[in-house]
Amino acid sequence: MPERIATVASRVGLHARPAAIFAEAAGDQPVEVTIALEGAPADEAMDASSILSLMSLGAEHGSKVVLRAEGDGADAALDALVQVLETDHDAE
Amino acid sequence: MTSITGVGVSPGRVIGPVLQMPPAVAEPAPGAGLPAGATAEGEANRLRAAAKTVQAALKDRAAGARKEAAEVLQATALMAADPMLLKSAVKLLEAGRGTERAIWEAAEQVAEQLKSLGGYMAERATDVLDVRARIVAELRGVPAPGIPASDVPFVLAAEDLAPADTATLDPAMVLALVTSGGGPQSHTAIIARSLGLPAVVAATGATGLAPGTEVFVDGAMGIVTPSPGEAERDLAAAYASREPLQPFDGTGMTADGHLVPLLSNVGGGADALAAAALGAEGVGLLRTEFCFLNRDAEPTIDEQVAAYKAVLDAFPAKKVVVRTLDAGADKPLPFLTDSTEPNPALGVRGYRTDLANPGVLERQLQAIATAAGQSQAEVWVMAPMIATAEEAGRFAGFCQAAGLETPGVMVEVPSAAVTAGSVLKRVDFASIGTNDLTQYTMAADRQLGPLAALNDPWQPAVLHLVKATVDGAASLQEAPKPVGVCGEAAADPALAVVLVGLGINSLSMSARSLAGVAAVLRSVPLERAQQLAALALGADTAAEARAAVRAELPLLETLGL
Repeated sequence: MPERIATVASRVGLHARPAAIFAEAAGDQPVEVTIALEGAPADEAMDASSILSLMSLGAEHGSKVVLRAEGDGADAALDALVQVLETDHDAE
Repeated sequence: MTSITGVGVSPGRVIGPVLQMPPAVAEPAPGAGLPAGATAEGEANRLRAAAKTVQAALKDRAAGARKEAAEVLQATALMAADPMLLKSAVKLLEAGRGTERAIWEAAEQVAEQLKSLGGYMAERATDVLDVRARIVAELRGVPAPGIPASDVPFVLAAEDLAPADTATLDPAMVLALVTSGGGPQSHTAIIARSLGLPAVVAATGATGLAPGTEVFVDGAMGIVTPSPGEAERDLAAAYASREPLQPFDGTGMTADGHLVPLLSNVGGGADALAAAALGAEGVGLLRTEFCFLNRDAEPTIDEQVAAYKAVLDAFPAKKVVVRTLDAGADKPLPFLTDSTEPNPALGVRGYRTDLANPGVLERQLQAIATAAGQSQAEVWVMAPMIATAEEAGRFAGFCQAAGLETPGVMVEVPSAAVTAGSVLKRVDFASIGTNDLTQYTMAADRQLGPLAALNDPWQPAVLHLVKATVDGAASLQEAPKPVGVCGEAAADPALAVVLVGLGINSLSMSARSLAGVAAVLRSVPLERAQQLAALALGADTAAEARAAVRAELPLLETLGL
């Protein structure tokens, strides 16, 4: 299964506005994407388009997370989402 | 249409259309299963559709909101149709729960999870519960809960407001608050005063006003008039062009220079700093409950010293009156009060808790004395709920043992007012707590909306007890002892003038009321205040007393108070 590791760039971590932006972007992808903290078992990964899941993930600034997806367009979706995670939305 | 009369709790006169606050969404019955004929699949689709509708409505509101509010609303909109939330609700549906019950329980789990994470996440739990209420309202086909959205400023009518409603109340859109329930101490009253919005509570019929009806609201007189005429329009226009209040300059006095220190009621260090910044000449009531509430056990002496010192340090060389713990009735403490009492307001509360749980009071006095020793403030100490001269004497003994030099009592129980001379032989000062004194004089629970008219400190019986206290203090052979007032009565500028006329030496109020009280007091010479006091004492009813005194104080109109 294609996967990517990304570092959370937002200073507040994956909360609040950054979480909303990421959840919305994940929901826009043609494939289902999951998210987990690096090192966590793959079967505990959560739906990346769920803002409530993202908030309970507890990813802070600098945390490494694993994104996974399968199917047509999985690689493009993952690349797009890595870019969202690695942008500091608070600095905009 | 005839006017609705209630109790004015925050002054101001405005005209605007009414919007009704929908009632809170009730919890679906725990046992509720799928209705006959419904399928889990069909109900799951109905739930998803409702979630999408709520999400769209929240997104619309986000589009019209200011930046920060918009971000919160956008995040809340995402929660409304959150895939994880809906998935767990659908699982519960498949397990046989009713639709409303399924989303109710699923959101409950998520909220608990967020609460357990603490901090920012715990605060978001409230958003999840808000979204849940909206989805259930949508499923039931009733209006969404919360303060209604509007493009034009409006008068908000409700049964009563909860503390959580404050967060979403936009003072730029809400002109006034009108509630059918509540009393002078209700959350609605507190919210209105803190936002400076005119408000009328206990206005029976407020929830029956049709949305869109134009009303005139007079928050000083407690009147709501549908379809206002020219007279009301003139009053509202005069209020809109009122003179701005000058900030309080830090010296309370009458027009002829009779000094009446204006102090502040505070409940913690941050409060104290804010009060000092607004010119308060000291603290007339430090509510020490703040360091005891929400705890399972008594705080240590060191913790108490630090908490009290934070307040004392805001007022170097100024008077700070510390009230010892006032637990019980509406402020229960698990380690001190018995929640099973049939009549908590008449039960073991205030000073009386020392009888059931000796030691807590003496340790608190020790902490106050230690904090006083480490600060520059002039510390006075008083006990709440003193009913007899013996109690006053025993409390003075405790203070002396702790090394506190100025013991006093609160006068809240009518017996203490009537026997003030005997009580004050044993202590150095009295402070009248008008909220409780009114409740006990009128035998009317101050938390009950239907009794709000009785819970009015303008009641002539209450004013007579204030006078009895002052007379008792003046009857002593030695120098007369000071009598102050702390309580909402001191924050009403017209009543403050009456109290000074009755011989009250100092007034303590929430800091935001200082400027209004100071301005009106300074417009009246002492002799005139005494005449107004006689006018109020001679009135037959609270309404007559208020109207008679207000008619003699035209500055109230000029300032919109």
